[in-house]
Amino acid sequence: MNRWYHHWRKIKSSCVSALCLLCALVVIAPLALVLFNLLQKGASSLDLHFFTQLSKPVGETGGGMANAIVGSATLVGLAGLIGVPVGVLGGIYLSEFGSPRMNWAVRFAADILNGTPSIVWGIVVYALVVLPITGYSAYAAGLALGFIMIPLIIRTTEEMLVLVPNSYREAAFALGIPHWKIVLNIVLKTAGKAIITGVLLAAARVAGETAPLLFTALGNDYWNHNLSQPIEALPHKIFIYASSPFADWNRQAWAGALVLLLFVLALNIAVRLVTRGRAPHLAR
Amino acid sequence: MNCMTKDTQLPALKTVPSAPAPVPPAAPAAAAVAAAATFDVRQLNVWFGSHHVLRSVSLEILPKAVTAIIGPSGCGKSTFLRSLNRMHDLVPIARVEGRITLFGEDLYGRGVDATLVRRRVGMVFQKSNPFPTMSIAENVTVGLRLNGLRQKALLLERMERSLRMAALWDEVKDRLNANALSLSGGQQQRLCIARALAIEPEVLLMDEPASALDPLATAKIEELILQLKLDYTIVIVTHNMQQAARISGHTAFFYLGELIEFDQTNRIFTNPKQKQTEDYVTGRFG
Repeated sequence: MNRWYHHWRKIKSSCVSALCLLCALVVIAPLALVLFNLLQKGASSLDLHFFTQLSKPVGETGGGMANAIVGSATLVGLAGLIGVPVGVLGGIYLSEFGSPRMNWAVRFAADILNGTPSIVWGIVVYALVVLPITGYSAYAAGLALGFIMIPLIIRTTEEMLVLVPNSYREAAFALGIPHWKIVLNIVLKTAGKAIITGVLLAAARVAGETAPLLFTALGNDYWNHNLSQPIEALPHKIFIYASSPFADWNRQAWAGALVLLLFVLALNIAVRLVTRGRAPHLAR
Repeated sequence: MNCMTKDTQLPALKTVPSAPAPVPPAAPAAAAVAAAATFDVRQLNVWFGSHHVLRSVSLEILPKAVTAIIGPSGCGKSTFLRSLNRMHDLVPIARVEGRITLFGEDLYGRGVDATLVRRRVGMVFQKSNPFPTMSIAENVTVGLRLNGLRQKALLLERMERSLRMAALWDEVKDRLNANALSLSGGQQQRLCIARALAIEPEVLLMDEPASALDPLATAKIEELILQLKLDYTIVIVTHNMQQAARISGHTAFFYLGELIEFDQTNRIFTNPKQKQTEDYVTGRFG
Protein backbone atom coordinates (compact mmCIF):
# COMPACT_ATOMS: atom_id res chain seq x y z
CA MET A 1 0.00 0.00 0.00
CA ASN A 2 2.66 2.40 1.07
CA ARG A 3 4.96 1.51 -1.79
CA TRP A 4 2.11 1.83 -4.28
CA TYR A 5 1.28 5.27 -2.89
CA HIS A 6 4.88 6.37 -3.22
CA HIS A 7 4.83 5.17 -6.81
CA TRP A 8 1.66 7.09 -7.58
CA ARG A 9 3.17 10.27 -6.21
CA LYS A 10 6.20 9.82 -8.43
CA ILE A 11 3.98 9.40 -11.47
CA LYS A 12 2.06 12.57 -10.63
CA SER A 13 5.30 14.44 -10.15
CA SER A 14 6.66 13.35 -13.54
CA CYS A 15 3.40 14.29 -15.25
CA VAL A 16 3.48 17.81 -13.86
CA SER A 17 7.18 18.16 -14.70
CA ALA A 18 6.47 17.06 -18.25
CA LEU A 19 3.65 19.62 -18.53
CA CYS A 20 5.95 22.39 -17.31
CA LEU A 21 8.58 21.37 -19.83
CA LEU A 22 5.96 21.41 -22.56
CA CYS A 23 4.87 24.92 -21.64
CA ALA A 24 8.49 26.09 -21.58
CA LEU A 25 8.94 24.67 -25.08
CA VAL A 26 5.80 26.46 -26.24
CA VAL A 27 7.36 29.69 -25.02
CA ILE A 28 10.69 29.13 -26.73
CA ALA A 29 9.37 27.52 -29.92
CA PRO A 30 8.05 30.70 -31.61
CA LEU A 31 11.37 32.48 -31.21
CA ALA A 32 13.23 29.46 -32.53
CA LEU A 33 10.79 29.06 -35.44
CA VAL A 34 10.90 32.74 -36.38
CA LEU A 35 14.68 32.84 -36.20
CA PHE A 36 15.00 29.61 -38.19
CA ASN A 37 12.53 30.75 -40.83
CA LEU A 38 14.18 34.15 -41.19
CA LEU A 39 17.64 32.67 -41.39
CA GLN A 40 16.46 30.23 -44.03
CA LYS A 41 14.76 32.78 -46.23
CA GLY A 42 16.64 35.95 -45.41
CA ALA A 43 20.25 34.98 -44.88
CA SER A 44 20.82 34.20 -48.57
CA SER A 45 19.83 37.77 -49.51
CA LEU A 46 21.99 39.28 -46.85
CA ASP A 47 25.20 40.65 -48.32
CA LEU A 48 27.27 43.77 -48.05
CA HIS A 49 25.10 45.53 -50.63
CA PHE A 50 22.08 45.10 -48.42
CA PHE A 51 23.73 47.37 -45.85
CA THR A 52 25.37 49.84 -48.22
CA GLN A 53 23.07 50.32 -51.23
CA LEU A 54 19.71 51.89 -51.87
CA SER A 55 16.90 49.85 -53.31
CA LYS A 56 16.97 49.16 -57.04
CA PRO A 57 14.04 49.83 -59.39
CA VAL A 58 11.65 46.99 -60.03
CA GLY A 59 13.15 44.55 -62.51
CA GLU A 60 16.75 45.04 -61.46
CA THR A 61 18.06 42.58 -58.90
CA GLY A 62 20.30 43.51 -55.96
CA GLY A 63 20.29 46.72 -54.03
CA GLY A 64 19.75 47.09 -50.31
CA MET A 65 18.09 48.89 -47.48
CA ALA A 66 20.87 51.19 -46.35
CA ASN A 67 18.59 54.23 -46.08
CA ALA A 68 16.05 52.27 -44.04
CA ILE A 69 18.68 51.02 -41.61
CA VAL A 70 20.10 54.51 -41.08
CA GLY A 71 16.56 55.89 -40.91
CA SER A 72 15.57 53.41 -38.20
CA ALA A 73 18.62 54.33 -36.14
CA THR A 74 17.77 58.03 -36.59
CA LEU A 75 14.18 57.51 -35.52
CA VAL A 76 15.12 55.50 -32.44
CA GLY A 77 17.58 58.26 -31.57
CA LEU A 78 14.96 60.96 -31.98
CA ALA A 79 12.47 58.94 -29.96
CA GLY A 80 15.09 58.56 -27.23
CA LEU A 81 15.61 62.32 -27.11
CA ILE A 82 11.96 62.66 -26.09
CA GLY A 83 11.29 59.38 -24.33
CA VAL A 84 14.39 59.04 -22.15
CA PRO A 85 14.38 62.41 -20.35
CA VAL A 86 10.61 62.52 -19.89
CA GLY A 87 10.42 58.85 -18.93
CA VAL A 88 13.34 58.84 -16.51
CA LEU A 89 12.36 62.12 -14.86
CA GLY A 90 8.76 60.93 -14.61
CA GLY A 91 9.93 57.71 -12.97
CA ILE A 92 12.05 59.72 -10.53
CA TYR A 93 9.05 61.86 -9.72
CA LEU A 94 6.90 58.82 -8.98
CA SER A 95 9.49 57.14 -6.80
CA GLU A 96 11.03 60.09 -4.97
CA PHE A 97 8.79 63.14 -4.97
CA GLY A 98 5.19 62.46 -5.86
CA SER A 99 2.23 62.61 -3.51
CA PRO A 100 0.11 59.45 -3.32
CA ARG A 101 -2.80 60.99 -5.22
CA MET A 102 -0.65 62.42 -8.01
CA ASN A 103 1.28 59.15 -8.24
CA TRP A 104 -1.93 57.20 -8.63
CA ALA A 105 -2.95 59.45 -11.52
CA VAL A 106 0.44 59.26 -13.26
CA ARG A 107 0.69 55.48 -12.85
CA PHE A 108 -2.83 55.00 -14.11
CA ALA A 109 -2.13 57.17 -17.16
CA ALA A 110 1.16 55.39 -17.85
CA ASP A 111 -0.49 51.98 -17.67
CA ILE A 112 -3.28 53.05 -20.01
CA LEU A 113 -0.75 54.50 -22.45
CA ASN A 114 1.31 51.32 -22.28
CA GLY A 115 -1.73 49.41 -23.46
CA THR A 116 -2.60 51.88 -26.22
CA PRO A 117 -2.20 50.34 -29.70
CA SER A 118 0.74 51.99 -31.41
CA ILE A 119 -1.30 52.90 -34.47
CA VAL A 120 -3.30 55.23 -32.23
CA TRP A 121 -0.10 57.13 -31.57
CA GLY A 122 0.43 57.34 -35.31
CA ILE A 123 -3.02 58.84 -35.82
CA VAL A 124 -2.66 61.24 -32.90
CA VAL A 125 0.66 62.57 -34.17
CA TYR A 126 -0.73 62.67 -37.71
CA ALA A 127 -3.67 64.80 -36.62
CA LEU A 128 -1.85 67.03 -34.17
CA VAL A 129 1.57 67.42 -35.77
CA VAL A 130 1.82 66.08 -39.30
CA LEU A 131 -1.23 67.78 -40.78
CA PRO A 132 -0.99 71.24 -39.18
CA ILE A 133 2.78 71.63 -38.75
CA THR A 134 5.49 69.36 -40.09
CA GLY A 135 4.00 67.24 -42.83
CA TYR A 136 5.42 63.71 -43.14
CA SER A 137 8.80 63.94 -41.45
CA ALA A 138 11.39 62.25 -39.30
CA TYR A 139 10.51 64.63 -36.48
CA ALA A 140 6.89 63.51 -36.44
CA ALA A 141 7.87 59.83 -36.54
CA GLY A 142 10.41 60.34 -33.74
CA LEU A 143 7.73 62.07 -31.70
CA ALA A 144 5.29 59.20 -32.16
CA LEU A 145 7.91 56.63 -31.16
CA GLY A 146 9.00 58.85 -28.26
CA PHE A 147 5.43 58.91 -26.96
CA ILE A 148 5.43 55.12 -27.02
CA MET A 149 8.70 55.05 -25.06
CA ILE A 150 7.60 57.43 -22.30
CA PRO A 151 5.19 55.20 -20.36
CA LEU A 152 7.49 52.18 -20.76
CA ILE A 153 10.46 54.06 -19.32
CA ILE A 154 8.44 55.77 -16.58
CA ARG A 155 7.26 52.44 -15.22
CA THR A 156 10.60 50.60 -15.42
CA THR A 157 12.48 53.56 -13.93
CA GLU A 158 10.04 53.81 -11.05
CA GLU A 159 10.18 50.07 -10.38
CA MET A 160 13.98 50.12 -10.32
CA LEU A 161 14.15 53.17 -8.04
CA VAL A 162 11.68 51.65 -5.60
CA LEU A 163 14.05 48.67 -5.32
CA VAL A 164 16.78 50.94 -3.93
CA PRO A 165 16.66 50.27 -0.18
CA ASN A 166 15.32 53.16 1.88
CA SER A 167 18.24 52.80 4.26
CA TYR A 168 20.49 54.47 1.66
CA ARG A 169 18.16 57.44 1.43
CA GLU A 170 17.97 57.67 5.22
CA ALA A 171 21.74 57.51 5.55
CA ALA A 172 22.09 60.32 3.04
CA PHE A 173 19.40 62.45 4.68
CA ALA A 174 21.12 61.96 8.05
CA LEU A 175 24.26 63.47 6.51
CA GLY A 176 22.38 66.66 5.79
CA ILE A 177 22.54 66.23 2.02
CA PRO A 178 19.81 68.07 0.07
CA HIS A 179 17.07 65.89 -1.38
CA TRP A 180 17.84 66.51 -5.06
CA LYS A 181 21.51 65.67 -4.56
CA ILE A 182 20.54 62.44 -2.82
CA VAL A 183 18.36 61.46 -5.76
CA LEU A 184 21.02 62.38 -8.30
CA ASN A 185 24.15 61.05 -6.61
CA ILE A 186 22.95 58.15 -4.53
CA VAL A 187 19.56 56.80 -5.59
CA LEU A 188 20.04 57.15 -9.36
CA LYS A 189 23.61 55.87 -9.17
CA THR A 190 22.51 52.78 -7.29
CA ALA A 191 19.77 52.00 -9.79
CA GLY A 192 21.68 53.31 -12.84
CA LYS A 193 22.30 50.06 -14.65
CA ALA A 194 18.76 48.86 -14.12
CA ILE A 195 17.42 52.11 -15.57
CA ILE A 196 19.67 51.81 -18.62
CA THR A 197 18.26 48.33 -19.05
CA GLY A 198 14.74 49.73 -19.14
CA VAL A 199 15.76 52.35 -21.69
CA LEU A 200 17.37 49.75 -23.97
CA LEU A 201 14.31 47.52 -23.81
CA ALA A 202 12.07 50.46 -24.68
CA ALA A 203 14.37 51.29 -27.61
CA ALA A 204 14.15 47.69 -28.83
CA ARG A 205 10.38 47.87 -28.58
CA VAL A 206 10.00 51.04 -30.69
CA ALA A 207 12.64 49.96 -33.20
CA GLY A 208 10.19 47.36 -34.43
CA GLU A 209 7.10 49.59 -34.54
CA THR A 210 5.57 49.94 -37.99
CA ALA A 211 2.06 51.25 -37.57
CA PRO A 212 2.87 54.74 -36.25
CA LEU A 213 5.36 55.24 -39.08
CA LEU A 214 2.67 54.84 -41.73
CA PHE A 215 1.12 58.13 -40.63
CA THR A 216 4.28 60.01 -39.82
CA ALA A 217 7.48 58.89 -41.57
CA LEU A 218 5.82 57.89 -44.87
CA GLY A 219 9.03 56.31 -46.14
CA ASN A 220 11.08 56.90 -49.27
CA ASP A 221 13.55 55.22 -51.58
CA TYR A 222 16.51 57.58 -51.38
CA TRP A 223 18.90 59.10 -48.92
CA ASN A 224 17.40 61.83 -46.85
CA HIS A 225 19.35 63.68 -44.20
CA ASN A 226 16.78 66.38 -43.69
CA LEU A 227 14.77 65.50 -40.61
CA SER A 228 11.82 67.66 -41.65
CA GLN A 229 11.32 65.42 -44.71
CA PRO A 230 9.86 61.90 -44.94
CA ILE A 231 12.27 59.20 -43.82
CA GLU A 232 12.49 55.45 -44.38
CA ALA A 233 12.61 52.93 -41.55
CA LEU A 234 13.34 49.22 -41.54
CA PRO A 235 9.97 47.94 -40.35
CA HIS A 236 8.17 50.19 -42.82
CA LYS A 237 10.40 49.08 -45.67
CA ILE A 238 9.74 45.47 -44.76
CA PHE A 239 6.02 46.16 -44.79
CA ILE A 240 6.18 47.72 -48.27
CA TYR A 241 8.49 45.08 -49.71
CA ALA A 242 6.72 42.10 -48.21
CA SER A 243 3.34 43.19 -49.54
CA SER A 244 4.67 43.95 -53.02
CA PRO A 245 4.09 41.57 -55.95
CA PHE A 246 7.81 41.39 -56.86
CA ALA A 247 9.76 38.28 -55.91
CA ASP A 248 13.04 40.16 -55.50
CA TRP A 249 11.44 42.65 -53.10
CA ASN A 250 9.84 39.82 -51.11
CA ARG A 251 13.29 38.24 -50.83
CA GLN A 252 14.75 41.49 -49.51
CA ALA A 253 11.89 41.86 -47.05
CA TRP A 254 12.98 38.56 -45.49
CA ALA A 255 16.52 39.88 -45.20
CA GLY A 256 15.24 43.11 -43.63
CA ALA A 257 13.16 41.17 -41.11
CA LEU A 258 16.22 39.15 -40.20
CA VAL A 259 18.29 42.32 -39.66
CA LEU A 260 15.55 43.84 -37.50
CA LEU A 261 15.24 40.72 -35.38
CA LEU A 262 19.02 40.51 -34.96
CA PHE A 263 19.05 44.17 -33.89
CA VAL A 264 16.40 43.56 -31.22
CA LEU A 265 18.21 40.40 -30.16
CA ALA A 266 21.48 42.34 -29.89
CA LEU A 267 19.81 44.99 -27.70
CA ASN A 268 18.45 42.27 -25.42
CA ILE A 269 21.86 40.66 -25.16
CA ALA A 270 23.33 44.07 -24.36
CA VAL A 271 20.77 44.34 -21.57
CA ARG A 272 21.89 40.99 -20.17
CA LEU A 273 25.50 42.14 -20.23
CA VAL A 274 24.65 45.42 -18.51
CA THR A 275 22.60 43.77 -15.77
CA ARG A 276 25.21 41.15 -15.02
CA GLY A 277 27.14 43.63 -12.93
CA ARG A 278 24.00 44.75 -11.13
CA ALA A 279 23.91 42.16 -8.40
CA PRO A 280 26.24 43.87 -5.90
CA HIS A 281 24.30 47.12 -6.15
CA LEU A 282 20.75 46.03 -5.60
CA ALA A 283 21.46 42.77 -3.83
CA ARG A 284 21.06 44.13 -0.33
CA MET B 1 27.00 77.79 24.39
CA ASN B 2 28.82 75.70 21.88
CA CYS B 3 31.02 72.95 23.20
CA MET B 4 32.20 71.95 19.76
CA THR B 5 34.25 74.84 18.47
CA LYS B 6 35.59 73.58 15.18
CA ASP B 7 38.89 74.54 13.58
CA THR B 8 37.49 73.89 10.13
CA GLN B 9 33.89 74.60 9.36
CA LEU B 10 32.00 73.53 6.26
CA PRO B 11 32.11 76.38 3.77
CA ALA B 12 28.46 75.98 2.84
CA LEU B 13 27.30 75.46 6.37
CA LYS B 14 25.13 78.22 7.69
CA THR B 15 24.56 77.92 11.37
CA VAL B 16 21.16 78.77 12.65
CA PRO B 17 21.26 82.12 14.43
CA SER B 18 21.53 81.25 18.08
CA ALA B 19 18.64 82.49 20.09
CA PRO B 20 18.72 81.90 23.83
CA ALA B 21 16.00 79.52 24.92
CA PRO B 22 13.11 81.59 26.24
CA VAL B 23 11.80 78.76 28.37
CA PRO B 24 10.69 80.23 31.69
CA PRO B 25 12.84 78.48 34.30
CA ALA B 26 10.81 76.68 36.89
CA ALA B 27 13.55 76.88 39.49
CA PRO B 28 17.10 78.25 39.50
CA ALA B 29 18.60 74.78 39.69
CA ALA B 30 16.61 73.59 36.68
CA ALA B 31 17.67 76.63 34.69
CA ALA B 32 21.32 75.85 35.33
CA VAL B 33 20.84 72.35 33.95
CA ALA B 34 18.93 73.62 30.93
CA ALA B 35 21.72 75.98 29.98
CA ALA B 36 24.29 73.20 30.08
CA ALA B 37 22.23 70.62 28.20
CA THR B 38 22.93 69.64 24.59
CA PHE B 39 19.33 68.73 23.93
CA ASP B 40 16.46 70.09 25.94
CA VAL B 41 13.32 68.15 25.08
CA ARG B 42 10.03 69.54 26.37
CA GLN B 43 6.62 67.89 26.05
CA LEU B 44 7.53 65.95 22.91
CA ASN B 45 4.59 64.18 21.28
CA VAL B 46 4.82 62.21 18.06
CA TRP B 47 2.00 60.69 16.04
CA PHE B 48 2.15 58.38 13.04
CA GLY B 49 -1.26 58.95 11.52
CA SER B 50 -3.64 58.45 14.43
CA HIS B 51 -1.15 56.34 16.38
CA HIS B 52 0.21 58.30 19.32
CA VAL B 53 3.77 56.96 19.53
CA LEU B 54 5.47 59.33 21.98
CA ARG B 55 3.56 60.86 24.86
CA SER B 56 4.76 64.06 26.50
CA VAL B 57 8.42 63.18 26.78
CA SER B 58 10.64 65.74 28.53
CA LEU B 59 14.31 65.24 29.28
CA GLU B 60 17.71 66.91 29.02
CA ILE B 61 20.69 65.34 27.37
CA LEU B 62 24.06 66.37 28.73
CA PRO B 63 27.04 67.28 26.57
CA LYS B 64 30.11 65.08 26.14
CA ALA B 65 28.37 62.13 27.69
CA VAL B 66 26.60 58.99 26.56
CA THR B 67 22.86 58.85 27.14
CA ALA B 68 21.27 55.45 26.62
CA ILE B 69 17.64 54.89 25.66
CA ILE B 70 16.27 51.51 26.69
CA GLY B 71 12.87 49.87 26.63
CA PRO B 72 10.99 47.01 24.99
CA SER B 73 10.39 46.94 21.23
CA GLY B 74 7.77 49.41 20.06
CA CYS B 75 8.12 51.68 23.08
CA GLY B 76 9.17 54.67 20.99
CA LYS B 77 12.96 54.61 21.50
CA SER B 78 13.79 55.02 17.82
CA THR B 79 10.96 57.49 17.34
CA PHE B 80 12.46 59.61 20.11
CA LEU B 81 15.94 59.41 18.59
CA ARG B 82 14.68 60.34 15.15
CA SER B 83 12.94 63.42 16.50
CA LEU B 84 16.34 64.73 17.54
CA ASN B 85 17.54 65.15 13.93
CA ARG B 86 14.14 65.68 12.31
CA MET B 87 14.11 62.40 10.43
CA HIS B 88 10.34 62.34 10.90
CA ASP B 89 10.13 65.14 8.35
CA LEU B 90 10.64 62.44 5.73
CA VAL B 91 7.53 60.51 6.77
CA PRO B 92 4.41 62.26 5.48
CA ILE B 93 2.09 60.82 8.13
CA ALA B 94 4.37 61.70 11.05
CA ARG B 95 3.47 64.67 13.24
CA VAL B 96 5.79 66.11 15.88
CA GLU B 97 4.68 68.47 18.62
CA GLY B 98 6.61 69.95 21.49
CA ARG B 99 9.93 71.66 21.72
CA ILE B 100 13.46 70.40 21.20
CA THR B 101 16.40 72.76 21.52
CA LEU B 102 20.00 72.00 20.57
CA PHE B 103 22.33 74.25 22.55
CA GLY B 104 19.42 76.60 23.03
CA GLU B 105 18.27 76.74 19.41
CA ASP B 106 14.81 75.47 18.60
CA LEU B 107 15.22 72.59 16.12
CA TYR B 108 11.60 72.75 15.02
CA GLY B 109 11.42 76.55 14.99
CA ARG B 110 9.99 78.53 12.12
CA GLY B 111 12.43 78.81 9.23
CA VAL B 112 14.85 76.21 10.58
CA ASP B 113 16.10 74.03 7.72
CA ALA B 114 15.93 70.32 8.58
CA THR B 115 18.89 69.68 6.29
CA LEU B 116 21.05 71.99 8.38
CA VAL B 117 19.82 70.35 11.57
CA ARG B 118 20.95 66.98 10.23
CA ARG B 119 24.41 68.36 9.47
CA ARG B 120 24.73 69.23 13.12
CA VAL B 121 23.20 66.02 14.45
CA GLY B 122 24.78 62.93 12.92
CA MET B 123 23.15 59.52 12.92
CA VAL B 124 24.25 55.88 12.76
CA PHE B 125 21.67 53.22 11.98
CA GLN B 126 21.00 49.72 13.23
CA LYS B 127 21.88 48.10 9.94
CA SER B 128 25.12 49.36 8.46
CA ASN B 129 24.30 51.12 5.21
CA PRO B 130 27.41 52.21 3.30
CA PHE B 131 26.60 53.40 -0.21
CA PRO B 132 27.15 50.39 -2.48
CA THR B 133 28.27 52.36 -5.52
CA MET B 134 31.10 54.06 -3.65
CA SER B 135 34.54 53.13 -2.42
CA ILE B 136 35.54 53.25 1.23
CA ALA B 137 37.09 56.68 0.76
CA GLU B 138 34.12 58.04 -1.17
CA ASN B 139 31.73 56.81 1.49
CA VAL B 140 33.56 58.77 4.18
CA THR B 141 33.74 62.00 2.19
CA VAL B 142 30.33 61.86 0.52
CA GLY B 143 28.67 64.12 3.10
CA LEU B 144 31.36 66.75 2.60
CA ARG B 145 31.43 66.49 -1.18
CA LEU B 146 27.69 66.69 -1.65
CA ASN B 147 27.59 69.63 0.73
CA GLY B 148 29.95 71.50 -1.53
CA LEU B 149 33.47 70.90 -0.19
CA ARG B 150 35.86 70.66 -3.15
CA GLN B 151 39.44 71.04 -1.89
CA LYS B 152 41.11 67.70 -2.32
CA ALA B 153 43.69 68.14 0.43
CA LEU B 154 41.03 69.04 2.97
CA LEU B 155 38.87 66.09 1.91
CA LEU B 156 41.80 63.69 2.32
CA GLU B 157 42.63 65.14 5.71
CA ARG B 158 39.03 64.87 6.93
CA MET B 159 38.77 61.35 5.57
CA GLU B 160 41.84 60.16 7.41
CA ARG B 161 40.84 61.88 10.63
CA SER B 162 37.31 60.44 10.51
CA LEU B 163 38.57 56.94 9.81
CA ARG B 164 41.08 57.25 12.68
CA MET B 165 38.34 58.44 15.03
CA ALA B 166 36.23 55.47 13.98
CA ALA B 167 39.22 53.19 14.68
CA LEU B 168 39.12 51.92 11.12
CA TRP B 169 42.09 53.66 9.51
CA ASP B 170 44.68 50.94 10.12
CA GLU B 171 42.39 48.28 8.68
CA VAL B 172 41.49 50.11 5.47
CA LYS B 173 44.35 52.52 4.73
CA ASP B 174 45.77 50.19 2.07
CA ARG B 175 42.49 49.69 0.24
CA LEU B 176 40.70 52.99 0.41
CA ASN B 177 39.51 52.59 -3.17
CA ALA B 178 37.96 49.17 -2.60
CA ASN B 179 34.19 48.92 -2.64
CA ALA B 180 32.67 49.60 0.76
CA LEU B 181 30.75 46.33 0.65
CA SER B 182 34.03 44.40 0.68
CA LEU B 183 34.34 45.21 4.39
CA SER B 184 33.04 42.96 7.15
CA GLY B 185 29.81 43.82 8.98
CA GLY B 186 31.59 45.39 11.93
CA GLN B 187 33.92 47.35 9.67
CA GLN B 188 30.97 48.57 7.63
CA GLN B 189 29.33 49.89 10.78
CA ARG B 190 32.52 51.70 11.79
CA LEU B 191 32.69 53.07 8.24
CA CYS B 192 29.19 54.46 8.75
CA ILE B 193 30.35 56.05 11.99
CA ALA B 194 33.32 57.58 10.15
CA ARG B 195 30.96 58.84 7.47
CA ALA B 196 28.78 60.50 10.10
CA LEU B 197 31.82 62.00 11.85
CA ALA B 198 33.30 63.41 8.64
CA ILE B 199 30.84 66.28 8.45
CA GLU B 200 31.80 67.17 12.04
CA PRO B 201 28.42 67.05 13.71
CA GLU B 202 27.89 68.32 17.23
CA VAL B 203 25.96 65.26 18.34
CA LEU B 204 25.95 61.61 17.33
CA LEU B 205 22.72 59.61 17.47
CA MET B 206 23.08 55.82 17.37
CA ASP B 207 20.13 53.53 16.75
CA GLU B 208 21.17 50.10 18.07
CA PRO B 209 24.52 50.38 16.29
CA ALA B 210 25.81 47.02 17.47
CA SER B 211 22.69 44.87 17.48
CA ALA B 212 23.59 43.18 14.19
CA LEU B 213 27.23 42.57 15.12
CA ASP B 214 29.10 39.72 16.77
CA PRO B 215 30.52 40.20 20.31
CA LEU B 216 34.01 41.16 19.11
CA ALA B 217 32.74 43.81 16.71
CA THR B 218 30.33 45.00 19.41
CA ALA B 219 33.23 45.43 21.85
CA LYS B 220 35.04 47.53 19.25
CA ILE B 221 32.04 49.76 18.74
CA GLU B 222 31.61 50.21 22.49
CA GLU B 223 35.27 51.09 22.90
CA LEU B 224 34.83 53.59 20.10
CA ILE B 225 31.79 55.14 21.76
CA LEU B 226 33.75 55.63 24.98
CA GLN B 227 36.46 57.39 22.94
CA LEU B 228 34.01 59.59 21.04
CA LYS B 229 32.28 60.65 24.22
CA LEU B 230 35.33 62.80 25.03
CA ASP B 231 34.36 65.11 22.15
CA TYR B 232 30.75 64.37 21.33
CA THR B 233 27.35 64.17 22.89
CA ILE B 234 26.10 60.67 22.13
CA VAL B 235 22.56 59.35 22.36
CA ILE B 236 22.30 55.62 21.85
CA VAL B 237 19.27 53.37 21.58
CA THR B 238 20.04 49.85 22.71
CA HIS B 239 18.26 46.60 23.45
CA ASN B 240 21.27 45.37 25.33
CA MET B 241 21.07 46.44 28.96
CA GLN B 242 24.60 45.35 29.76
CA GLN B 243 25.71 47.60 26.93
CA ALA B 244 23.77 50.52 28.36
CA ALA B 245 25.32 49.86 31.75
CA ARG B 246 28.85 49.64 30.32
CA ILE B 247 28.91 52.78 28.20
CA SER B 248 26.32 55.30 29.32
CA GLY B 249 26.30 57.94 32.00
CA HIS B 250 22.54 58.44 31.95
CA THR B 251 19.78 56.06 30.95
CA ALA B 252 16.22 56.76 29.93
CA PHE B 253 13.65 53.97 30.17
CA PHE B 254 10.73 54.21 27.75
CA TYR B 255 7.61 52.12 27.92
CA LEU B 256 4.53 52.35 25.69
CA GLY B 257 5.56 55.75 24.37
CA GLU B 258 6.17 57.31 27.75
CA LEU B 259 9.38 58.19 29.49
CA ILE B 260 9.08 56.15 32.68
CA GLU B 261 12.37 57.04 34.29
CA PHE B 262 15.47 59.03 33.47
CA ASP B 263 18.44 59.01 35.80
CA GLN B 264 22.10 58.19 36.16
CA THR B 265 22.73 54.78 34.68
CA ASN B 266 23.91 53.14 37.89
CA ARG B 267 20.76 54.27 39.68
CA ILE B 268 18.51 52.97 36.90
CA PHE B 269 20.12 49.57 37.13
CA THR B 270 20.67 49.29 40.87
CA ASN B 271 18.03 51.42 42.51
CA PRO B 272 15.24 52.38 40.11
CA LYS B 273 12.41 54.47 41.51
CA GLN B 274 9.72 53.04 39.28
CA LYS B 275 8.39 49.52 39.52
CA GLN B 276 8.21 49.19 35.71
CA THR B 277 11.87 50.11 35.35
CA GLU B 278 12.87 47.57 37.94
CA ASP B 279 10.80 44.86 36.25
CA TYR B 280 12.39 45.63 32.91
CA VAL B 281 16.03 45.85 33.98
CA THR B 282 15.71 42.69 36.04
CA GLY B 283 14.28 40.90 33.02
CA ARG B 284 10.79 40.33 34.32
CA PHE B 285 9.22 41.61 31.10
CA GLY B 286 10.08 43.09 27.76
